Amino acid sequence: MTTLTDNVPGAPRPRGGVAQSINDSLVVTKRNLIRMSRIPEMVVFGLIQPVMFVVLFSFVFGGSMSVGGNTDPAVYREFLMAGIFAQTVTFATAGAGAGIADDMHKGLVDRFRSLPMARGAVLTGRTLADLVQTALTLVVLAIVGLLVGWRIHNGVPKALGAFALLLLLGYAFSWIGALIGLSVRTPEAATSGGLIWLFPVTFVSNAFVDPSMMADWIRPIAEWNPFSATVQACRELFGNPGVVQSDAWPMRYPVWASILYSILIVFVFRTLSVRKYRSATV
Amino acid sequence: MPGAIYAEGLVKTFGDVRALDGVDLDVPEGTVLGLLGPNGAGKTTTVRVLTTLIQPDSGRAVVAGIDVLKHPNEVRRSIGLSGQFAAVDEYLTGRENLQMVGQLYQMKAKAAKERAGELLDRFRLSDAADRTAKTYSGGMRRRLDLAAALVVAPPVMFMDEPTTGLDPRNRQALWDVINELVAGGTTLLLTTQYLEEADHLAHDICVVDHGKVIARGTADQLKAQTGGERVEVVVQQPEMIAGARDVLARYGVAGTGHGDVSVENHIRKLTVPVTGGAKLLAEVIRDLDAVGVGIDDIGLRRPTLDDVFIYLTGHAAEREEEEENGTAGAAGKSRKDRKEKAS
Ligand SMILES: Nc1ncnc2c1ncn2[C@@H]1O[C@H](COP(=O)(O)OP(=O)(O)O)[C@@H](O)[C@H]1O
Ligand SMILES: [Mg+2]
Repeated sequence: MTTLTDNVPGAPRPRGGVAQSINDSLVVTKRNLIRMSRIPEMVVFGLIQPVMFVVLFSFVFGGSMSVGGNTDPAVYREFLMAGIFAQTVTFATAGAGAGIADDMHKGLVDRFRSLPMARGAVLTGRTLADLVQTALTLVVLAIVGLLVGWRIHNGVPKALGAFALLLLLGYAFSWIGALIGLSVRTPEAATSGGLIWLFPVTFVSNAFVDPSMMADWIRPIAEWNPFSATVQACRELFGNPGVVQSDAWPMRYPVWASILYSILIVFVFRTLSVRKYRSATV
Repeated sequence: MPGAIYAEGLVKTFGDVRALDGVDLDVPEGTVLGLLGPNGAGKTTTVRVLTTLIQPDSGRAVVAGIDVLKHPNEVRRSIGLSGQFAAVDEYLTGRENLQMVGQLYQMKAKAAKERAGELLDRFRLSDAADRTAKTYSGGMRRRLDLAAALVVAPPVMFMDEPTTGLDPRNRQALWDVINELVAGGTTLLLTTQYLEEADHLAHDICVVDHGKVIARGTADQLKAQTGGERVEVVVQQPEMIAGARDVLARYGVAGTGHGDVSVENHIRKLTVPVTGGAKLLAEVIRDLDAVGVGIDDIGLRRPTLDDVFIYLTGHAAEREEEEENGTAGAAGKSRKDRKEKAS
């Protein structure tokens, strides 16, 4: 007689465990990807900045920069790309933060939290969707890089390894964004709060200049910066110039350092975020 | 046996604010409880505790037979929540929204899709089903939000101010939905600032103010507490007030004296509590006529929940909101003025 209550099977018993976590996360990922596809301008804006950086750094600063004593702008352009790739993937922080803050603001987090779903799925779903967006951005950026003279010199498998490290770094940073998104009151605050601190992190690094040219006290910071490890690893794997010669452990074993740093960031920020999510109130 | 919704001594503080100050509730299965109170009374906080969204500082709650604090995820399977503001993803279509909610209730994708279609039909959203919710009106969003709460037809439903900001047509449609749910055996807790709504929809009413339940019972019981019926007369001329007062005093429940006849001189209105119903009204009219009092308006008035509310709390239910809106008008007016909060 009534479509509201008759013959409606109740909610199935949750499977619990990893299977449910994966399923719920994918449902939320799909939802976020649909959202992104309906706000394509967000993706486009996300692309403009790194492309602009490539052009600015290559053709404006390029001539005055020296990589290991070499001031050839073409060398600087090859040097630059690993830095731009790495900086770009960290922008996922702002996207994840703004998205989650928006969900809080609109009451969607309340809806999700009243459902029998896996605890971390709303956040995991968001960070996975950001990962897809990051991958897309990297593809476009790689094409722009190839156009300005960037090349891979050590073969495709190593280059793919470098991109995998970049994606892992982006994924790790999107968890930092998740925590920011849960901690601020508005999506706007999450966007700026997600970006502001990225500038020191990405500039006090080997991304755009060789740390050997930095002041003595700042140099170790740049060399131990988790972000630098990924940049260094990418240069090694791509076979690009400007690999930092230093005794600092992350500079000597950048691939391992990059993996460890990223996993550590995911672990710490995922734990904090999921805990915060459980008690989240607007 | 405790009811489908049971709460005992719920306390919740936010900093200095004691949002809940020992709330007890007991809602028998298959009934509707109206949680009635002004802005800031603690209605939303109560709902948020019962729907596992926040943890109380102390107290105990059981929903659908499951302890809310011990097994929140079990509770979530058995409840539907339609919050104070529509919680729909505006970049998803109506259909996608419902499918997603179904899947997160752990339904299979196909079952979730079928159910979404059914609900879209039922809530008159079929035509807009494949448009993003961004394009929906406030009323449509509300309906979508309600549909989302009903995806698994949960045995226990919570609706927080479901009709706030709805136009009369949508409000009537919602009332129909509620009646249908109750006919199907659903237990419902609904909060409202509208007294006539609680009167219409709820079997039992709890009046809350400052985080406490200050009265409970059926609408009739609450009205009886405030006093029974009364006769209201508006006389034609100010000079007639004195005469009318003498007549009415004879009918007052107090029997003698003018004590219980209240007079509002500026609108020439007299009110007296009575017992005796409509038959008595005829006698009053005859007697007033006999002493030459012309009547503009006369009626037998039963106390409304508004009267109950003022009697219990010392202020009108919507006072705070009227102050916010800067309108000092009647409750009915401020209600119409209220904008749909769809953002
Ligand atoms: N998250 C919160 N932080 C601080 N104060 C809150 C919070 N939620 C509710 N309150 C306060 O608790 C009281 C009760 O609020 P609420 O339950 O929303 O009332 P109602 O729904 O009856 O209008 C109000 O004084 C409100 O300001
Ligand atoms: Mg409220």
